[in-house]
Amino acid sequence: MVLDFKEEKTIVKRNQATTKPIADVAKNIVYDTRNLNLWYGDHHGLKDVNLSIYENEVTAIIGPSGCGKSTYLKTLNRMVELVPIVRTSGEILYRERNILDKNYTVEELRTRVGMVFQKPNPFPKSIYDNIAYGPRIHGIKNKKILDEIVEKSLRGAAIWDEVKDRLNQNAYGLSGGQQQRICIARCLAIEPDVILMDEPTSALDPISTLKVEELVQELKKDYSIVIVTHNMQQAARISDRTAFFLSGEVVEYDKTDVIFQTPADQRTEDYISGRFG
Amino acid sequence: MVSQKEDKTSSVQQLIVNSRNQKTKKIVEKAMPALLFSAAIISILTTFGIVFTLIFETFEFFKRVSITDFLFGTKWLPFSGNEPLFGILPLIAGTLKVTLIAVVVAVPFGIASAIYLSEYASEKTRRTVKPILEVLAGVPTIVYGFFALTFVTPVLQEIVPGLKLFNALSPGIVVGIMILPMITSLSEDAMSSVPNSMREGALALGATKFEVAIKVVLPAALSGIVASVVLAISRAIGETMIVSLAGGSTPKFDLNVTDSIQTMTAYIVQVSTGDAGYGTTIYYSIYSVGFTLFIFTLVMNLLAHYISKRFREVY
Repeated sequence: MVLDFKEEKTIVKRNQATTKPIADVAKNIVYDTRNLNLWYGDHHGLKDVNLSIYENEVTAIIGPSGCGKSTYLKTLNRMVELVPIVRTSGEILYRERNILDKNYTVEELRTRVGMVFQKPNPFPKSIYDNIAYGPRIHGIKNKKILDEIVEKSLRGAAIWDEVKDRLNQNAYGLSGGQQQRICIARCLAIEPDVILMDEPTSALDPISTLKVEELVQELKKDYSIVIVTHNMQQAARISDRTAFFLSGEVVEYDKTDVIFQTPADQRTEDYISGRFG
Repeated sequence: MVSQKEDKTSSVQQLIVNSRNQKTKKIVEKAMPALLFSAAIISILTTFGIVFTLIFETFEFFKRVSITDFLFGTKWLPFSGNEPLFGILPLIAGTLKVTLIAVVVAVPFGIASAIYLSEYASEKTRRTVKPILEVLAGVPTIVYGFFALTFVTPVLQEIVPGLKLFNALSPGIVVGIMILPMITSLSEDAMSSVPNSMREGALALGATKFEVAIKVVLPAALSGIVASVVLAISRAIGETMIVSLAGGSTPKFDLNVTDSIQTMTAYIVQVSTGDAGYGTTIYYSIYSVGFTLFIFTLVMNLLAHYISKRFREVY
């Protein structure tokens, strides 16, 4: 799919227009998950998941190891299909179209939905080529436009000032925290609609973590963000809504304040107060 | 309880102290490095011995034939009575013709198969195909030689008009088939060792599988792939039996691939199996050709080593 750069810009503008505080009900739903079930072979990984993800919000997904939180995140851009034995049922509507439908091309979906991984995974190329990779595979070849995209994306990921003098150096020369922000910039370069983050700070030191958290706050003005985290304080600090997963089920999903102050379910309370997990 | 425990400990400790093993262990520990060192030194000395012989006999040759005639002469006629000519260029031309054809055959197919095996094939396919490739690499080259002479040449003669019974094309193709598994196997290793996180990173940006293979995996594995190609070229240069059987024994300094040729290796075989007397110029000439061959393969191996170090994309 070839993206028109100008067209992309207008989409972002439209997104920005909706960031003004509006009544909760009026918020647009980006992802609507309906009765999602998922199996890894015989293992029932996700059970009847129903979840709505809202535009220009940070949605955190928390839960103990093996609860299905990463699996759910990877279902949102169908990366979960890389495991050949996976089967799914139910629907995930992204902008009102079911992405689990076989007719939905996965490349199109992933062009609209970016992902940041647990371990920073830049390509073994220069910083510039890392950022330009996405636009290039989608057909943007004009050097001037690419230069613009690279600068804009690196600024967007709050790393421009640190790397602007060494864009031609290998991205692996950077620190782990910088690499992760390069990966975020690489994701921003195709100006996606949604950014999925799979424990993006678990391999980083506290200062780098803080930078990424601040960045997430900044990014939600333009993007809808879903973040999986094993760090409950992080979820409390940066998210608008929190979903608590346990054994493949959504135990509770509400505004983050509610989840952390007055959870409705005993299991949620036990988990956030550190009694297990 | 406590005393029992102490008893036990002390008795085991006692056994250890009393054990004769300790003494043997010490002797073995001391002797081992010396033994291992001598094993290593023997193989190194042998190599030096071979190279020394090569150089020594090559010097003998250059006492009889001038080095410029050897390096720049365009005629290799060692058996022509009173006025033998020893210009190495025709032999080098023969070798390079075969090598070039082999590379043209093996590199595209080898890399394409490697991409298939590493990026597309199921785990099961890969587990089946890899051992078969290794078996192919173990087929004696004389078998390939017969295959070239008795099967490939007749088939090619149907397609290529004017193709002689002995030519460069047929052994070139078969040498290509011979080095194909080597390129496939080593390139596949290089591609498989590219971490999956890199593929995921590209897929998550909306790249197709083929774009991931070409634009992420291939560049990341490039040093390994190039090294495998250079090593394969080095094998093609040194290949002997296929070219001796199917290439002919007419050294010519030209670009013709349909005519009979002679490679450096084939010449050495020809003289070694003939009746060249010890101490004759022809006898020494095989060392000079051998030395030239040695230089070629040495340069290729060093190049492979350099490339795999210098152009490694660090991840």
